Amino acid sequence: MRGGADLATSSPRHIGVPLVTLLLTILFLVPPALAARAMEIQSVTSSKGVTAWLVEDYSVPIVAVRLVFGGGSTQDPPGKEGLANLMTGLFDEGAGPLDSEAFQIKLDDAGAEMSFDESRDGIYGSMRMLAEQRDEAFDLLRLAVNEPRFDQVPIDRIRAQILSGIIANENDPDTVAQNKWARAVYGDHPYSRSDQGTRKSIAAITQDDLKTLHKAVFARSGLHIAVVGAIDAETLKKKLDMVFGDLPQNQALAPVADIEPKLAQHLEVNYDLPQTSLQLAWPGVKRKSADFFPAVLMNEILGGGTFTSRLFQEVREKRGLAYGVNSSLVNQDHANALIVTTGTRSDRAAETLGIVRDVVKQLAENGPTEAELAATKKYLIGAYAINNLDSSSSIAATLVELQLDDLGIDYMQRRAGYINAVTLDQVKAAAKKLLTAEPTIMVVGPPLAGAGKG
Amino acid sequence: MKRPEWLRAMLLTTALALISPALAADDGTVTDFLLDNGMEVVVIPDHRAPIVTHMVWYKIGSADEPPGKSGIAHFFEHLMFKATTNHAAGEFDRAVSDIGGSNNAFTSYDYTAFHETVAPSALEQMMGFEADRMRNLILTDDVIKTERDVILEERRSRIDNNPQAVLDEEVDATLWQNQPYRIPVIGWMQEMEQLNRTDATAFYDKYYRPNNAVLIVAGDVEPETVKALAEKTYGKVARGPDLPPRVRPVEPEQNTKRTVTLSDARVSVPSFSTQWVVPSYHTAKPGEAEALDLLAEILGGGNRSRLYQALVVKQGIASNAGAYFQGTMLDDTNFTVFGAPRGDAKLADVEAAVDAEVARIASDGVTPDELEKAKDRYIRSMVFTRDKQDSMAEMYGSTLATGGNVQDVQQWPDRIRKVTADEVKAVAARYLVLARSTSGYLLPQQQAGN
Repeated sequence: MRGGADLATSSPRHIGVPLVTLLLTILFLVPPALAARAMEIQSVTSSKGVTAWLVEDYSVPIVAVRLVFGGGSTQDPPGKEGLANLMTGLFDEGAGPLDSEAFQIKLDDAGAEMSFDESRDGIYGSMRMLAEQRDEAFDLLRLAVNEPRFDQVPIDRIRAQILSGIIANENDPDTVAQNKWARAVYGDHPYSRSDQGTRKSIAAITQDDLKTLHKAVFARSGLHIAVVGAIDAETLKKKLDMVFGDLPQNQALAPVADIEPKLAQHLEVNYDLPQTSLQLAWPGVKRKSADFFPAVLMNEILGGGTFTSRLFQEVREKRGLAYGVNSSLVNQDHANALIVTTGTRSDRAAETLGIVRDVVKQLAENGPTEAELAATKKYLIGAYAINNLDSSSSIAATLVELQLDDLGIDYMQRRAGYINAVTLDQVKAAAKKLLTAEPTIMVVGPPLAGAGKG
Repeated sequence: MKRPEWLRAMLLTTALALISPALAADDGTVTDFLLDNGMEVVVIPDHRAPIVTHMVWYKIGSADEPPGKSGIAHFFEHLMFKATTNHAAGEFDRAVSDIGGSNNAFTSYDYTAFHETVAPSALEQMMGFEADRMRNLILTDDVIKTERDVILEERRSRIDNNPQAVLDEEVDATLWQNQPYRIPVIGWMQEMEQLNRTDATAFYDKYYRPNNAVLIVAGDVEPETVKALAEKTYGKVARGPDLPPRVRPVEPEQNTKRTVTLSDARVSVPSFSTQWVVPSYHTAKPGEAEALDLLAEILGGGNRSRLYQALVVKQGIASNAGAYFQGTMLDDTNFTVFGAPRGDAKLADVEAAVDAEVARIASDGVTPDELEKAKDRYIRSMVFTRDKQDSMAEMYGSTLATGGNVQDVQQWPDRIRKVTADEVKAVAARYLVLARSTSGYLLPQQQAGN
């Protein structure tokens, strides 16, 4: 599978070196007229002023909850890298009166699944529960959010698991390459650091660090919530007050600077591998920029989520040089980029790199055709529901991203209009603006013979 | 992209490996009927969103390939996206993306499936394209050559670039001494390189027939509509010759302990797995496969499992440990336990601790409470599965392609509920015998001073 915007649930690892900083789902899609019939989104505000977006649906007796607190691994203090990641492993390891074992047994008895994870810019929580046991499940979510215990024994256990992962990847070409890429592209910005931290930094993390981060991040000013399933607005209001109503009002986040990824670099990570990974970065576009939808259409034509993109056709269909090749617009809170990845037999890596660069150059110089643009508009309008609204959990995740991006509760109705309004000239301008830059290129594999010229 | 599914199969957790819930999402009745040409059709109503998942499952997978032609089933899956006498290359893909749909395909040991997710209004068009490519592909030497390069690249990225995948492949080839599950779905490199148009055409003519296919439609559609559209499209395709029963070479008696070891410079933390040959849902005596599912869950299904609690939580010697059982297979299948050390613990200690838990469950069995909770987790995950239309479709498809039927899927929760503690103990004692197992070890490169 490919496509940066796909919420594919089971796609294997992207081919090529995943960008170490590419963790947020990129939602540059939009709900379709298609889904409008079936999806009514309510904005629900509790008596204590906690707001959530709700899609009420009783066809399956479950409730899915997704929440996010702004501020993720960028908030790790220097020398304590990996703190946010460690914290997200501890919410089901004891809370309130329940120690780790008691909490997990109760969660299992409640028939619920709960998980937390971090990105660079946020701490995310997900929960799925059976409707008939939602009281018990919400109660456990309340404990986890408000009163995580951070007991020393589970801290040390989860830390040891993370450490094992760090050590396991120390000689892994992909991981080594990702780290090199992040440092080259982001310098000393927090985006250059590994979410997992290092051997040294995770050893330095204390219980106090965890409590401090929890207090700074878990506050209502940075919180967004979406709930989908068998629950009505009145019941949800009570749950919102119970789970989130007593959190502090304001987050205390360290400021994070915006950064332009550093381009025009050539990085080689040499290993004797049968297949070479190529990764290239061009400038991206801000989510709020007027150029956003022209850039989205341009990226889709270049190498987005379909089998009809130019890169797919030229690299794979016509020449059989790769199995996967794709481009993605990566939008993070403080940096944006357009990333192309592919993997190709090592003796033809230079040739493949040349073709990728030619395809990009062509698009930069001439833009797409009117027919390509029309087809891509139709695809992007129709694909939103299928890619983003195919289960209660994915709907909840999508609604949280819409809130994070401040797009408005009626965005799904407006999205097709934004896409249809984009002109060919705007897409040509976006292509020229983004793709004429000199990219940063990383090659992971044997030394590149006769480096590709673009 | 057009990807084989074995990777997913290898990584499946118990929760994902579940067979499906008895009911469709909105309690609609699952309908199942045959077309005159022998094509089976299953309709799973789900009216929550104006979307349908349309899948064609062919009862042909890598384990049915002729000797020396490994990879042809997966290769053919790729070739199905090429030109036909009625549609130019890429036309189908463009038609899907023009309506904002998604399409893909996957190949496993026992089946090959093609699927599209689209608005209900496009269902007939999808059926038309699928019915067309079932019989009308144009295979030229040029097309074969270019796409063969693609699958070789796919092999390099999935297997050859990844020491864990290389080891897994060799473990399969060692566990299975005769049964074709010993051969990787994607194929052996030297055989893939030789696959040609003659091989592809013979394969196509034999297996890509309506009487070897199952159509699954899940979503916002009525059975009568699906029936009418299927008759208009698939119904026009002539029935092929009757295929002989899928009888494959059978395993000899397993009577040795085998080990497979790979040391690689890219590995820094060692790990191991041990596998046994066990029956699948299709080959097991009544109740045995259900008992194996529950055994896998209790022994190593998640963080409440015995292996995780003993090795990761209590003894603190492992970063991870678990077990899984892949029940949806046409022939006998495998049961796997695995683990990796953490901190100063040695791999041998982790393996010994895993072995001890396996021995304990085989000799002492499981408690009533453990069994009840494992059953609850299964029933719960079935409810969660009903929330995802394509997961529902895949459950029915994979069951029907591996010798099961719609009733098997629907009655499955009841059969799980009926399993007794004695039955779980019995399958553990019968099958998890170390003297008849295969273990794989992934180790760091031994270097002085490392």
